[in-house]
Amino acid sequence: MSSPVETSTSGRNALPHTRAGVGRPPGAFRIGSGLDGRTFLAIAIAVFAGLLVVWWAATTSGLVKPIFLPSPGTVWSRMLELSADGTLWKDASISVYRMLIGFALASLMAIPIGILIGCFRVWEAAIEPFVDFVRYMPVVAFVPLSILWAGTGDGQKFVIIWIGTFFQQVLMVMDNVKRVPPDFVGLGRTLGLSESKILARIVLPSALPGIWDTLRISLGWAWTWLVLAELVAATSGLGYRITVSQRYFQTQTIIGYILFLGILGLITDQSMKALERVLFRYQSRQ
Amino acid sequence: MSVPKLEIAGLNKWYPGKRGPMHALADIDLKLADNEFVSLVGASGCGKSTLLSIVAGLQGFDKGVLLTDGAPIVGPGLDRGVVFQSYTLLPWLTAQENVEFALKAAGMSAGECRDIARAHIELVKLTRFADAYPSQLSGGMKQRVAIARALSYRPKMLLMDEPFGALDALTRHEMQELLTQIWEEHRLTVLFVTHDVEEAVYLSDRIIAMAIGPGRIHAEFHVGLSRPRNQDMIASSAFIALQKDVLAAIRAGSKDEKL
Repeated sequence: MSSPVETSTSGRNALPHTRAGVGRPPGAFRIGSGLDGRTFLAIAIAVFAGLLVVWWAATTSGLVKPIFLPSPGTVWSRMLELSADGTLWKDASISVYRMLIGFALASLMAIPIGILIGCFRVWEAAIEPFVDFVRYMPVVAFVPLSILWAGTGDGQKFVIIWIGTFFQQVLMVMDNVKRVPPDFVGLGRTLGLSESKILARIVLPSALPGIWDTLRISLGWAWTWLVLAELVAATSGLGYRITVSQRYFQTQTIIGYILFLGILGLITDQSMKALERVLFRYQSRQ
Repeated sequence: MSVPKLEIAGLNKWYPGKRGPMHALADIDLKLADNEFVSLVGASGCGKSTLLSIVAGLQGFDKGVLLTDGAPIVGPGLDRGVVFQSYTLLPWLTAQENVEFALKAAGMSAGECRDIARAHIELVKLTRFADAYPSQLSGGMKQRVAIARALSYRPKMLLMDEPFGALDALTRHEMQELLTQIWEEHRLTVLFVTHDVEEAVYLSDRIIAMAIGPGRIHAEFHVGLSRPRNQDMIASSAFIALQKDVLAAIRAGSKDEKL
């Protein structure tokens, strides 16, 4: 008779010395021990379901007042209402538009500058220390200034998103470029390629998967900065709706919108990851 | 005597260091005849890889003469093919495309690229994997593609920097056999850096043992073994004796003079 613990350890690490696992903690507490995809998904879903149950129990039992935390059912029906009358989709589309433009502006500037300073030390000396300095200035502190400069329209949203993502992106793209193996550049030289051809045919394609990952990560931040800008000064958008709802104690709308933002973020992140698998198929072993 | 394929005379290199310049290579004199296979061996820090990199044109030097076919080397070029230890296959290109990449750089037409690349993939016995990406190839296969790539554009000289250093013993032997086969058929001038003495004896016509502090040529051995070579020779007494001598020279050269 073998206990489930023993089968799980010997099943994953099919090493000749199975006895080496004896006396070690069971699978779940062994550093780096594996887990099949189905179990992983089941655990993840269970956690979501569990939290939902806690939320439901806390609100229906009357433990928490609806004004602080409405029940899942109330939030759901409120979101259906806002979806049916078009409010949700109007708010979402204006926010998505602002986020995409702001993010695109930041990325289109950050990628070439990042590549430039990743390749050439002179440009790194000129730009990197300054960018590093600005990076540590809190984005939030720029909000009043951005309103002064750009008003409360879409332009101000772009400015905030740009400040929040551009400086981080530049440094991350620089790192992506620096991680290109020096021997790749050496190879290009021994093949007699010019510096500009080495950049276009070797350095760029080599850094591309890393740059894509940088974009995926910074896209998440762009969402955050957009909502911040909309919370402070806006007349439309998801963040604006949250502020307005607070005024009227519509907690169910606030909670619903926050969850909706989470889902939007998850969708964009997963689509970026899916695209990555298509674009950089050559990295997989299959 | 004809002009040597490679001529190094009185070559010196210093690296900038925290406590003044570091003498990396001191008065290197070395000549490679056409079709000669020469290995550089020595303890780490003796400058053997630096010397190879200088010959490749990837690094400069401070003093001395460096010539191929009597003409000074001024930078990297297609007349010298380089095989790096780190494989350096471009991961977004298939094995075939990696070879084509080099041929395209050498200015060949698309049709020529395809045919020559295919022939060289065949030469290193990888036809079945021509359309595989590097992530799908083993270390040995990757290095075979890299060798095919370096040979494909017919350089005058092949420079190899510990090309089999990252491979397991079995694959390393396979690769050594493949390389001697190719070399014996195609007759190339090869400068080969390794830390594996057995490998050096098995492959080379001549072995240069380098010493450290500063990096310099310490001893030279002519490998008298007949060609074609085969793995059975490794057990012969002549092979073992030479291996011992080379190893002794490396040991003697690895002791820093100042210690």
